[in-house]
Amino acid sequence: MAKLRVETTINGEETEFLCSGQDSLLDVLRGPLAMTGTKEGCTTGDCGACSIVLDGRLVPSCLVLAAEAEGRVVETIEGVADGQKLTAVQQQFLEHGALQCGICTPGFIIAAEKLLEKNPDPTEEEARYYLAGNLCRCTGYDKIIRAVLDAAAVRREERA
Amino acid sequence: MTLETSRFESPTDVEGAVALLAAEGGAKVLSGGTDLLVQMRLGAGAPQVFVDVKRIPRLMAVRLGSEGLTIGASVPAAEIFENESIRSLWPGVAEATDLIGSTQVQGRATWSGNLCNASPAADSVPALMACGAVAVIAGPSGERRVSVDAFIKGPGKTVLRRGELVVEFEIPAPPPRSADAYLRLIPRTEMDIAVVGAGVQVELDDGGAIASARVVLGAVAPTALFVEAAASALIGSRLEDAALDAAAAASRAAATPIDDRRGTIAYRKKIAGVLTTRAAKIAFERAQAR
Repeated sequence: MAKLRVETTINGEETEFLCSGQDSLLDVLRGPLAMTGTKEGCTTGDCGACSIVLDGRLVPSCLVLAAEAEGRVVETIEGVADGQKLTAVQQQFLEHGALQCGICTPGFIIAAEKLLEKNPDPTEEEARYYLAGNLCRCTGYDKIIRAVLDAAAVRREERA
Repeated sequence: MTLETSRFESPTDVEGAVALLAAEGGAKVLSGGTDLLVQMRLGAGAPQVFVDVKRIPRLMAVRLGSEGLTIGASVPAAEIFENESIRSLWPGVAEATDLIGSTQVQGRATWSGNLCNASPAADSVPALMACGAVAVIAGPSGERRVSVDAFIKGPGKTVLRRGELVVEFEIPAPPPRSADAYLRLIPRTEMDIAVVGAGVQVELDDGGAIASARVVLGAVAPTALFVEAAASALIGSRLEDAALDAAAAASRAAATPIDDRRGTIAYRKKIAGVLTTRAAKIAFERAQAR
């Protein structure tokens, strides 16, 4: 069967790709588009490693078909930093050492950015619930949560 | 990855979706995909045709009026929970919706998917039943309305016939001095499947006693079930201990759960009673505050 041609916007750039009907957006990001920042974990929506933002909403890209992206707006980890300038979330992940193997990190950062956009001053409990769909098997979460809460504080200062 | 490739279609009106679903037995509705794509990955195979219904404006529309809510079948859970009017009018439905999966999953998951997947443990189903929600179904012979409680026939089985899909839900406006609540028990705090769920809706009379009630249990029978005897026990009361005890006993008696790794039969029956009383108290307090 002929491949589908999809036109979409990824991190602000108009992008075109070919896919099969059952390819996930994750498959296309990591394969033909070579944007390997988005990670593949479970492929069943349980782990959060493949989190992206689709039309403003945080979603697992393993549970989005690539063909659905036609005309939509996709944001991935590659578009989070402003060139070489890291965001507060990214910087705090580094400063707290909030990662070990790093597979969960892009998903955590995308999700944390969305959390702080919606709730600039989350409690620890709110942050933990919001990020409950991002699994990390290395850190025990504590450094991640501290990094997110400190990033929230930095962002509030920057915007004050 | 299978060698066969699926077709992908994204109709922009209900008629187009019905035509695709009617023409091809192997066509599947793709709404949020949080069950369909997972089942595919777990070995169910890819459908011949994905019918992505999210470009049909009616399936994404939210209309709130004096008669209640009419909401497109493919509105994602996150959008439902963010809607302050929905949260304030049907807090039980909103809290059930907010319990489904993770933040990411809620960005995709829909009420129609939760209903059509027909899991006995679906969180939104008991809450929607408690509020008298109706599913509007479109198909080759037109539209029909089926109340949510009559929609599921058994695990994985629904009233949908070939060519049919759920296009929207209707929830009647809550009567004055009425409110709903939903509680579920899981062994952890997030990201799990209900061991027991309980949805309760109560309406108070002028004197503040319960004039009418609905009690619905999830995950303790092949389908979510109305517990008429528990509702009867609440009616006429102000949730005195005797009424709560009778409602809990009725829920324990109505529950016919299975033993599995998430809970034993005895435990689930006990919890069905506990959640009935707790959800009733929350619904009662909310109704009093209105």
